Amino acid sequence: MTTKPLRLRELAKGEDRLTHGHRMCAGCGAPIIVKQVLMATDYPIIAANATGCLEVSTCISNFTAWKIPWMHSAFENAAATISGIEAMYKSLVKQGRIEDKQVKFIAFGGDGGTYDIGFQSLSGAMERGQDMMYICYDNGAYMNTGIQRSSATPFGADTTTCPAGDVIPGKLQNRKDLTRIMAAHGIPYVAQASPSHWMDLMKKVQKAFEIRGPKFMNVISPCNRGWRSRTDDAIKLSRLAVDTCYWPLYEVENGVTRITVKPKEKKPLVDFLKPQGRFKHMFTPENEWMLKQAQEYVDKQWDLLQKEAVFSGGEEKVEDKPEAAPAEEKTEVQ
Amino acid sequence: MSKSKGKKFWEKLPAGSVVLEAGSAVKFKTGTWRSMRPRWIEENCIQCMFCWMYCPDMSIKVTAEGKRGEFNYEYCKGCGICALECPGRKGVKAIVMEEEGK
Repeated sequence: MTTKPLRLRELAKGEDRLTHGHRMCAGCGAPIIVKQVLMATDYPIIAANATGCLEVSTCISNFTAWKIPWMHSAFENAAATISGIEAMYKSLVKQGRIEDKQVKFIAFGGDGGTYDIGFQSLSGAMERGQDMMYICYDNGAYMNTGIQRSSATPFGADTTTCPAGDVIPGKLQNRKDLTRIMAAHGIPYVAQASPSHWMDLMKKVQKAFEIRGPKFMNVISPCNRGWRSRTDDAIKLSRLAVDTCYWPLYEVENGVTRITVKPKEKKPLVDFLKPQGRFKHMFTPENEWMLKQAQEYVDKQWDLLQKEAVFSGGEEKVEDKPEAAPAEEKTEVQ
Repeated sequence: MSKSKGKKFWEKLPAGSVVLEAGSAVKFKTGTWRSMRPRWIEENCIQCMFCWMYCPDMSIKVTAEGKRGEFNYEYCKGCGICALECPGRKGVKAIVMEEEGK
């Protein structure tokens, strides 16, 4: 199958495989991500979903917003569910009972169902080498049940289980870098993406579908309820996350790290934190150290990523070619 | 109890809670959630389709030629992402948000 051209006009003529009428909150980032993922390809897709916002609001009672075969079984086993479906499909094809239509398998999970609760089944599926893709939409807390902290919650964020107050100033730990943990599994393809950079996201999805074996993609998904931001700034915030290098866009393909979108100018982290009410307490004089610490952490991670890209051979050393622009792919005009 | 006339709603559901109709969520109109209403000003539209790409509710209709059509107010929840992301023509937005019912 040829790779679909990514031109907006052409894409717009296609059919949405996630329909309207789903009950995600107004301005949620997750349906934008799912829509972009499903739009990137013409392959038939079978999806499994971990419990979470996406699952509960796209499939309520006898309503479903999915136009593809979709299954939900539990919170912790989206990866195991899709593994089973994939194994069954392979077996049926082998027995000659069904025709091989090059079906692709995706599991969707929120950060709770991926970083925490579903981690064992995800890790297991990756290790077994299932031919599947796992997409995590990371909104940084258990938003569905009322904004409880997860291991994806960034440092300093105010959630209902680590509320900022007199005792603690929000979450005191840094978030777990799951993309790196998945890369450490040694799987063929791991990527980090953002819905604001749709071209980059869709290219990564297309690339992943052409690779056999387990793939993992981590996508930032703004949540205006949990982030205490406006309903209209999901895309603005995800773009700021990329521009501040809080959420760098990169891929690790067979151990080679490539930064796919380099911000033209690295913005200070406060640009990303300021519009979000969950970081409001960090802007008081007594909590100034938190802003400093958060910025230091982001700088350190970004530095490390750049070094890793050079070390793994995904990028040339900047000192050797000072005049060459090292960006691998063109940043699309946003 | 169970012998009483007719079946209860849950008794009519297929076994295993299987939904047999794909995309049946279209029967649920989410447009009633809206408090802010987006308005499309066609003369300022440059057909960039960013609003269509970023709409979380697939509520921007596309014409047969692949051009941007009207809003689908039956499903639009009025989040305003389209209005914020709209580049407009020479900085004049092609989508503005207005209070519902005014």
